Amino acid sequence: MAILEVRNLTHFFGGLRAVFKFDLALQEGEVLGLIGPNGAGKTTVFNLVSGFYHPTEGDICFRGNEIVRLRPHEVTALGMARTFQNIRLWNTLTVFENLCISQHSKLGYGILGTIFRSRGFRTSERCIRKTAEEILDILSLRHYANEYPKNLPYGLQRRIEIGRALAMRPHLLMLDEPAAGMNPGEVDQLIELITWIRDKFQLTIWLIEHHMRVVMNICERIVVLDFGETIAQGTPEEIRQDPRVIQAYLGDADSIDA
Amino acid sequence: MRKYSSHLLYGSFCLLILIAVQENFLNAYLQLIIMFMGVNIILSTSLNLVNGYMGEFSVGHAGFMAVGAYVTSVLNVWLFTSDRVFGPAVLPAGSVIYLFPVTLLMGGIVAALVGLLVAIPSFKTRGDYLAIITLAVNYIVKSAIENIQVIGGARGFMGMRNIVSSMHEVVNVPWVMIWIFAGTGFSVWLIHRFVTSTYGKGIVAVRDDEIAANIMGVNTRRMKMVAFMLSSGLAGIAGGLFAHILGYINPGSFTIMKSTEVMVMVYLGGMGSLSGSVLSAVGFTIILELFRPLQVIKWVAIPLLLILLMLFRPEGLLGHRELTDVFPRLRRIFVPQGKRA
Amino acid sequence: MNIDTLVQNLLNALQWGSFYALIALGYTLVYGVLLLINFAHGDIFMVGAYIGFFLATFLLGQYALALPFSLPPHVIFLVTLLLTMILTAFAGVTLERVAYRPLRRKGVNRLYVVITALMCGLILENGNLALLGANRRNFPQLLDNTVYSLGGVTFSDVKLLVIFATIAVFLLLETIVRKTKLGMAMRAISYDRMAVPLMGIPVDTVIVFTFALGSSMAALAGVLFATAYPVLEPYMGALVGWKAFIAAVIGGIGEIRGAFAGGFLLGFVEIFVAAFFPSTLRDLIAFSILLVFLSIKPTGIFGVARATKI
Repeated sequence: MAILEVRNLTHFFGGLRAVFKFDLALQEGEVLGLIGPNGAGKTTVFNLVSGFYHPTEGDICFRGNEIVRLRPHEVTALGMARTFQNIRLWNTLTVFENLCISQHSKLGYGILGTIFRSRGFRTSERCIRKTAEEILDILSLRHYANEYPKNLPYGLQRRIEIGRALAMRPHLLMLDEPAAGMNPGEVDQLIELITWIRDKFQLTIWLIEHHMRVVMNICERIVVLDFGETIAQGTPEEIRQDPRVIQAYLGDADSIDA
Repeated sequence: MRKYSSHLLYGSFCLLILIAVQENFLNAYLQLIIMFMGVNIILSTSLNLVNGYMGEFSVGHAGFMAVGAYVTSVLNVWLFTSDRVFGPAVLPAGSVIYLFPVTLLMGGIVAALVGLLVAIPSFKTRGDYLAIITLAVNYIVKSAIENIQVIGGARGFMGMRNIVSSMHEVVNVPWVMIWIFAGTGFSVWLIHRFVTSTYGKGIVAVRDDEIAANIMGVNTRRMKMVAFMLSSGLAGIAGGLFAHILGYINPGSFTIMKSTEVMVMVYLGGMGSLSGSVLSAVGFTIILELFRPLQVIKWVAIPLLLILLMLFRPEGLLGHRELTDVFPRLRRIFVPQGKRA
Repeated sequence: MNIDTLVQNLLNALQWGSFYALIALGYTLVYGVLLLINFAHGDIFMVGAYIGFFLATFLLGQYALALPFSLPPHVIFLVTLLLTMILTAFAGVTLERVAYRPLRRKGVNRLYVVITALMCGLILENGNLALLGANRRNFPQLLDNTVYSLGGVTFSDVKLLVIFATIAVFLLLETIVRKTKLGMAMRAISYDRMAVPLMGIPVDTVIVFTFALGSSMAALAGVLFATAYPVLEPYMGALVGWKAFIAAVIGGIGEIRGAFAGGFLLGFVEIFVAAFFPSTLRDLIAFSILLVFLSIKPTGIFGVARATKI
């Protein structure tokens, strides 16, 4: 069954066509890669799906809910979590607090509960802390629980960001260039981590990546975007040989000659 | 036991002061300073919620204070005294000792509603533009009051002295001081509970990265609304108390200068530090009194102080940390066991 | 309202808006370059008016130390205006050097610089009060303020001077910003402040130039204001400054056109509110309009929302 269905998604920035008639059906448990040259509209697709932009046209259906008009936190509450191309952790909060706050959409209390420390507050806070502690252990971040993210190395920050998304216990995890800026060793770790997360949490994973080793190793299916349009999709093997993909990435041999 | 050590400490401190006042150990001037400290603590901690924890730049806190001051005062004068404008007392004058907290809270609630005027534009804009909106609200409140003749317009509003004296007629204890202690305790308690909860920390996430906060599940609009309303509501309560210390208020007390004073306190203590705000409110009240003989030069010296602070210690005295972080020993007394920092 | 009063009010609004526009310019220029709300700018206007006062009275020979010759009032006015603009420009640059630059060098949060600016404003106001005392000063009359009457509309030399000076300044500034190297550097900085220093543009020079330009415009406003309303007091810059800032924001801060549009708009609103309602409502209505306007279009008339990239 499709966990996420995108139909006819189109988005314009002013006159610029960023995404055009994008269709996608993401199956439960799948690992899908979204690739394409710079500026192809990959992150825009993510932003549209996660509710940060509202599309000019098209439908997005997530776990049976129409989410096109929802605000980002409402989409998140339905079980979608993502990371960002440029790390966006909350830098004046500790790693532990980062993991707690991302569970905001699961809070079982409001302002009154906060003030009067209601039963709902106490159970909810306990549950949040427990989840955060689990994530710390799972991602071996325990040692950094009380550090501020900005003081930690880049690879670690990426891991924390994935942890922050996982703390929401999402059904769909969207990773925006998780390997960007990593050294080869860190990339190997990342590949291992993502595969492991998928098995452990039974997640559906959708990732944008330029790093071909990551994409070819993890993804079961790949969608290629160029100028906002899907130009190819298939297994890593098919994509590797698709002439349109090679053309999109390397340019048209004829036009270079001309 | 540790869980309540700060409550106990504050309670006994208040009791000590009240006894001292009752037994005439403290002269009227010192009492006045202590009461202003209380009001300033409420103001600085509540502004810190918005300017420190949420990282917005509100420059019109005195406007909300004015709303609270006028609502509480007018309600009290209307309900409990015979007034030329508002007619005879609606309720027996003595009942004010029970109902004062209610009118105070009403002032806070109305101020919180005025806070919406700032909260709603803050959905779309932040930073410098929002600063202007808060400034405009400050001016709007002030000029609105100046134009309502029923409550005295620019001349001001009085009659709160009668309220205080009818409290004294029932039981002769320092009532205003008691309400101020209660209000200050309430305000610090409330903010502390808010900012230590996962819910309340949502506003810190908004400060650090609003977009990420929204995408990671924080309802940023609601958090902004809650923070602005909480902050302005508490400022309203501070205003209500302020009005009853003086027994007289006029729109001139709630200008941008007053807002600036509160801002100085917040930045002096450190943004995002509750204990810093309390300390700086106390310190600032004292400095203000020490500088009083300097008259005009006071208002050269205080800004200069803040400029030097910005230059040499821009994060303020404590800056995002609490006293318990600076002096870890305090933690043994004040932080309940088994709680992570 | 008949046509005469309408024209009369229009004229008054143009003059009143001119002051706002000239001051708003300083806010907008500095904001464009540094992303800093220079809250002390309103007080620079006040400083300008005072410098103008002392220069004018000195040139008129009202002090023990006087010029050996006397000048005709027109010349005094011109000399005062020019010298005031230069001296106030120095004051503005000094402010930048002493208070803002050290902070900027330390790379602190932008907010701290804003607070410092606010404090500098207070120091200027209260320092003036402490130094010169609370008594108001009367700006000497240098131009014989002839009042003309055309139908039911009266207008004076000064009023026309203010309006024309403002328009001239607008044209001059637009030229500076579009045609000169420094002006282009200013625009470049507001467009991309990371790349500009890497391109070899001397950022500090541009900043100094910006402050000098903004402050001299405030000085121009100060002298013109003092000529039209010849009473000076230390807090004269506070409210006018805040309102000019509002004008800058309404116009879209960082845009020269915006400062003028916003300034005149605010002038019109205030004058016409005062024409229809009791004048005590003027601030209330002006600020309410601002609030509504900014809630609907937060970037102002000419301001462009910067897209957030994620």
